[in-house]
Amino acid sequence: MSRRLRLAVLAVGGTGLAALLVLACLDLPSFGGRWHPYGEAAVRASLDRHTANTVAFVNFDLRAHDTLGEMSILFAAVVGCVVLLRQARDEHREPPQPSDVAPPVRRYALLVLPVALVVGLYVVAHGQLSPGGGFQGGVVAATALHLLYLGADYRALERVRPIGTYEVTDALGTCAYLVVGLAGVLAGTAFLANTLLPYGTFNTLSSGGTVPLLNAAIGMEVTSAVVVLLARFLDQAVEIEEEQGS
Amino acid sequence: MADAVIVVVLLLVAATATAAVATRDPSRQALVLSLQGVVLAVLFTVLQAPDVALSQLAVGSALTPLLIMLSVRKVRRRARTTDEGGDG
Repeated sequence: MSRRLRLAVLAVGGTGLAALLVLACLDLPSFGGRWHPYGEAAVRASLDRHTANTVAFVNFDLRAHDTLGEMSILFAAVVGCVVLLRQARDEHREPPQPSDVAPPVRRYALLVLPVALVVGLYVVAHGQLSPGGGFQGGVVAATALHLLYLGADYRALERVRPIGTYEVTDALGTCAYLVVGLAGVLAGTAFLANTLLPYGTFNTLSSGGTVPLLNAAIGMEVTSAVVVLLARFLDQAVEIEEEQGS
Repeated sequence: MADAVIVVVLLLVAATATAAVATRDPSRQALVLSLQGVVLAVLFTVLQAPDVALSQLAVGSALTPLLIMLSVRKVRRRARTTDEGGDG
């Protein structure tokens, strides 16, 4: 195919896509406005099941299947990364030399680390009550751990982060989500149906039936997945060296 | 009033996004990307989507730039060791 022909095909495709997008946007309701049919339906259903955070309700009850899919994508991506970034045969590990950290950086990192970690765990634990949830809190908690790399050095980080444990926790979190889903099947309703547990008192930690359980499973999975992912990248960036002269 | 805030934040997003594209050095680009992540999180908060804003703040302004920086470091180190191997 010549360059000119390829450009022509691209132009036809691009024009078609642009036309369809403009057509689709012409029919959208105007910005803002008072008419939100889906929002109102979701809030009503969420209040019926005593879940204060409607977004968490949509993620872990109405659309729990979608969250299962997203979780599997993250899990598969991390497994792929672990396989791709493993130590190859022509590479060796060279322990990184500890280097001096500027005192203000060290002070700031060690001061912020516990605060960020607690904020992350708080966001996971209160996913069904306030904005946030397993995913957001998990990423915050996992990245908070890596402040230790900024504040101290790589050795210190490796000591608080036994990578095997996090890999197992990642798989366990994924399994926990599936087990809660299957429990619904065993109880005679449906996969991931939130009819298993009592809905509890509105706006307390244990409200919402299976929502807090699924949220905790996601929190566990995401925290470990991000730690494992960053560990592989750090290994490659800091420790693994190519053999000389190969 | 609320509309004015949305317009200002949208302009900020456009400005930081353009800056991220215009920056050529990948490690500087990661920092600009991190800044753009914060501005996007502000935009989502202004549009009353705090859940999305939290995700954006954690992933867009902390995790992604960190992964980019680590990749850049790996690539640069690799180039340096191959240079040394070529000399020796």
